[in-house]
Amino acid sequence: MNVAASENADVRLVDVTKRFEDVVAVDRLSLEIEHGSFYALLGPSGCGKTTTLRMIGGFEQPSEGEIFLGDAEVSGLPAYKRDVNTVFQSYALFPHLSIFENVAFGLRRRSVRGQTLTGQVNEILRLVGLEGMGKRKPRQLSGGQQQRVALARALVNKPRVLLLDEPLGALDLKLRKQMQLELKGIQHDIDITFVHVTHDQEEAMTMADKIAVMNHGRIEQLGTPTELYETPATAFVAGFLGVSNLIPGTVSGSDTVQLRRGPEVRVRPEALQGRTGEVAVGIRPEKIALGQGQANALDGTIVEEAYVGVATQYIVETDCGRLTVYRQNASPGLNGASPGQRLTLSWSPDSTFVVDSMEGPE
Amino acid sequence: MGLFHRHRQLTPYLLLAPGVLWLTVFFVVPLGVLAYQSLESGNFDVGYSFTWAWGNYWDALQNYRGQFIRSLEYAGIATLLALLLSYPVAYWIAFRGGRWKNLLLLFIVAPFFVTYLIRTLAWETILADHGFVVHTLQHLHVLGAGGRLLATSTAVVTGITYNFLPFMALPLYVSLEQIDERLLEAAQDLYASKWKAFVKVTLPLSLPGIVAGTLLTFIPAAGDFINAQLLGSPQNHMIGNVIQSKFLELTDYPAAAAMSFILMAGILAAVFLYARAVGTEQLTGTPV
Ligand SMILES: Nc1ncnc2c1ncn2[C@@H]1O[C@H](COP(=O)(O)OP(=O)(O)OP(=O)(O)O)[C@@H](O)[C@H]1O
Ligand SMILES: [Mg+2]
Repeated sequence: MNVAASENADVRLVDVTKRFEDVVAVDRLSLEIEHGSFYALLGPSGCGKTTTLRMIGGFEQPSEGEIFLGDAEVSGLPAYKRDVNTVFQSYALFPHLSIFENVAFGLRRRSVRGQTLTGQVNEILRLVGLEGMGKRKPRQLSGGQQQRVALARALVNKPRVLLLDEPLGALDLKLRKQMQLELKGIQHDIDITFVHVTHDQEEAMTMADKIAVMNHGRIEQLGTPTELYETPATAFVAGFLGVSNLIPGTVSGSDTVQLRRGPEVRVRPEALQGRTGEVAVGIRPEKIALGQGQANALDGTIVEEAYVGVATQYIVETDCGRLTVYRQNASPGLNGASPGQRLTLSWSPDSTFVVDSMEGPE
Repeated sequence: MGLFHRHRQLTPYLLLAPGVLWLTVFFVVPLGVLAYQSLESGNFDVGYSFTWAWGNYWDALQNYRGQFIRSLEYAGIATLLALLLSYPVAYWIAFRGGRWKNLLLLFIVAPFFVTYLIRTLAWETILADHGFVVHTLQHLHVLGAGGRLLATSTAVVTGITYNFLPFMALPLYVSLEQIDERLLEAAQDLYASKWKAFVKVTLPLSLPGIVAGTLLTFIPAAGDFINAQLLGSPQNHMIGNVIQSKFLELTDYPAAAAMSFILMAGILAAVFLYARAVGTEQLTGTPV
């Protein structure tokens, strides 16, 4: 973390731990969220994402550690005194109030009245595409519309930080994809920091500028989507974001790894980061070529082929285990490779990453 | 089943039939008989005859206006007290009861396994002149040296409040129990303090329960006579006492019937005004 970023942080967690009786939901977690960023907390179920978000929102108090919003330490401050709003997974719209009054709720609590109130509510309803629906009750809206109301109800208050707990979880796939882009667009327009909780890696990659991959109440790795995908730091991250091939081996030089049941391969020197002994070499499926031509090569037999539209997926049996390979379907028809065929796979040292162990996500 | 298939549009009516029949036999017919009686004249010894005796109504209003007003007044105060007493209890059970919820609800209902009469007689003992309560209150100078509780309006209202409490507490509990606690978190997220969240979210969402409880308490309470008879003096008698004695002791059926109708009209008027005040949506659960 550089100094400039920490001066501009909207949210800062310092060594925050949350215990529920004997469960440690969040374990000495520290993070810093820059103003204006779209920050995703990504991780498997039960890793402590919601708990982290609820502590930022003020619905849970940390067992240990400190939480800052801007420069102010807020541990102990109740939710209603925090300049933070939440979009709940269940939306939690007030069933007895109209859409207009739902959206106006926060403004009224802060004594915004009359023309100003009406203007702000209508403006935000227009922003989320619900113009003219103000008089309806929540139960008269579709799931996607309710989701937008929940968003509008939070955004209208122009909080320092907007917290979103799996806000798209209840929507069908198509609507979810559409809302992902819309949300990103809205965030871009209004310049509010978004903290987005999700267990969907694709969603996190699509929307976020920064992703914190969580596991067991801790941050496993923090980075941009590209960094996490291209250079995952652990086997867990490699397996959680997309598909990766991990091949066990031993470090044999400054930029070489001797595979356990195969040849010596070259990796990027910086990927080794001074590691010695047992490691695993990782290669993404789309970065492996069918046929020779790259510095690292491995022989194998195609055992399965699956056509998935943009690409064809091959499972190739090698001495080092089964590898997954994607080949883009750049021209019509199949690529000419078929099950049973023996071939050589090759990849560039630049496309590799190295992680410590072989354990993937549980 | 052939019948149901061929006459599908008849099904709702067939399903309604038992209810309609029940209401006709046990409500509409007796009501008609009562209306007929209320316009008769005569007495038990010479017999009654139908004479369009509207005077029965006039006399009832003239002679027992005090008791009519007292009935609505006592019932109103008792309903309000029952609401104020039950709301915190129902709230606590609904939101904090956890796994004890059912047991706590049972405690509310438990006294009602004992008959109405016995329960009220028990209150007679509690409020008795030489009882513990009166002594304590006298000792604390809340009551004067010769002060009593029994045979006062306080005793009657207390008795009614106690006897109808579950009719208030249970509907309140049901409506509070249904409230999604995440809504309260949402309210706090939107800058509402705990109290504001209660006023703006919990209270409006529990309004159907308040309305149901109020009606279930007020309507029978306004017609009650046991509490006034056992815990009150003649100065505290309600219209129920008058109707009861006219029917059973004085056998003045026409006057008793007329009073019953006036009471019914009074209650209907009160309920109507109440419904206007809180909005019909709360009574029927649908927007108008
Ligand atoms: N109120 C609570 N009481 C006890 N344990 C809790 C409570 N809230 C959360 N936990 C536990 O803390 C851990 C983290 O829960 P959390 O809800 O933060 O997970 P999550 O990452 O949001 O998971 P999901 O993706 O399933 O929503 C879990 O083991 C959970 O059982
Ligand atoms: Mg969660």
